[in-house]
Amino acid sequence: MSKYNLNNSYKAVVIGGSAGSFQGMVKILSQLPKGFPLPIIMCLHRLKHVRNGFVEALSIKSVVQVMEPHDKESIKKGAVYLAPANYHMSVELGNHFALSTEEMVNNSRPAIDITLGTSAFVYKDKLVGILLSGANRDGALGMKQIHDRGGLTIVQDPAECMIDTMPRAALAVTKIDHVLKVDQIVEFLKELDKQYR
Amino acid sequence: MLDIDIADLKRISELIFQKYNYDFRNYAMSSFKRRVLRIMELKKLTAEALLKKLTDTPTFVNEFLDELTVNVTEMFRDPSFWRIMREEIIPAIMLNHKQFKIWHAGCSSGEEVLSMCIMLKEMGILHDVTIIATDLDVNILEKAKNITYPIKNMELNEKNYIRFQGTSSFKNYYKEENGNAVFDKNLLMNVSFRRHDLVLGDIFNKFDLILCRNVMIYFNQSLQNEVLKKFHESLFKYGYLAIGSKESLIWCDYANRFIVVNNEEKIYKKIKD
Repeated sequence: MSKYNLNNSYKAVVIGGSAGSFQGMVKILSQLPKGFPLPIIMCLHRLKHVRNGFVEALSIKSVVQVMEPHDKESIKKGAVYLAPANYHMSVELGNHFALSTEEMVNNSRPAIDITLGTSAFVYKDKLVGILLSGANRDGALGMKQIHDRGGLTIVQDPAECMIDTMPRAALAVTKIDHVLKVDQIVEFLKELDKQYR
Repeated sequence: MLDIDIADLKRISELIFQKYNYDFRNYAMSSFKRRVLRIMELKKLTAEALLKKLTDTPTFVNEFLDELTVNVTEMFRDPSFWRIMREEIIPAIMLNHKQFKIWHAGCSSGEEVLSMCIMLKEMGILHDVTIIATDLDVNILEKAKNITYPIKNMELNEKNYIRFQGTSSFKNYYKEENGNAVFDKNLLMNVSFRRHDLVLGDIFNKFDLILCRNVMIYFNQSLQNEVLKKFHESLFKYGYLAIGSKESLIWCDYANRFIVVNNEEKIYKKIKD
């Protein structure tokens, strides 16, 4: 019955976003089904030198408390993670995070390409990648890596985005499986959740 | 797009260990892979060609090391950390010792050492402190000794300094020359720089405070565990260890020999030998 042709083999959902993605992200987190079975790994562009506040703002309406992981912290099912300020966040083999202070990528730290690309490497075809509104090209290459390794790719509908550069950049470099509005992304995640019940 | 598989990454770290005695075998894989890819891109080499060059050209290894190690840092990174240093940690050390020793482990291009020296000078105790700053990479140590940085970095450094609430004006500490900020060498009067390998090197001194922020994030957990043992041994009892704000020691064997002094800034105190 699912129009997305889903199954229960997915191991993680990774989400990237930048300018104009905050409201959408809040909506997704607030309507997440209770007991959502997969880890949600978010990399959102943020002020480099403001450590506090962002995770709290995202958590206010979220069904699950959002966490900024420590270096080498294990990735748990059903947890929601946010890349911390001024660190790149990678997923490592062995199912944990690794943080780094390397050079900025696409003028960003955290960079979405790094979180998406390393997730693609570890989870291969067991990954759902979602890219939201944003004003630069960060994340496009990461989405390509997700697609190339067999993962499922979704971008926010450019028509709905406050700034559509980011999803358009992804659409230009790789095959995107679904172009969805935020409400449809919520619906998609509910469908995905049902596969595990 | 350039890529390299894990088998080749392992061949590279094994080769560098066997031939040059640098041990990257327990580095975190995701960042190690990015660093190697970066070198391949910079030098226009495939994985095979890189292995061959490392085998055939011993002088290349220094260049390789220089690019492999992460040397991105800023002055007064995390201003709140530096405020805690000034207002709590340094005064606590001084309750017991008027003169004390600090180790900057993995000092890179020296911004953190310089921040420390500026802070100590503003506290009026720069004369009383002996600082040893170490890094694996000899090239970067030369940069650290020079305390000369691109002027474009100063905007961020100055912002951090203002958030740290330094008591002077940041611009008083350097002169502008040819697009660089050249800092006052007198600031380093009690600093000695030396090459030291955290992974293979021995314990060489005892300290009241060790700073090693955002260095161990490039190591895997088993190596983090080993390095923490070395830090433990290198600290006087009741000495302090500071790591990066998103690093953690809790899974290390020696974690229970430390207490958390400040969890936000990740400052620990050795309480057991």
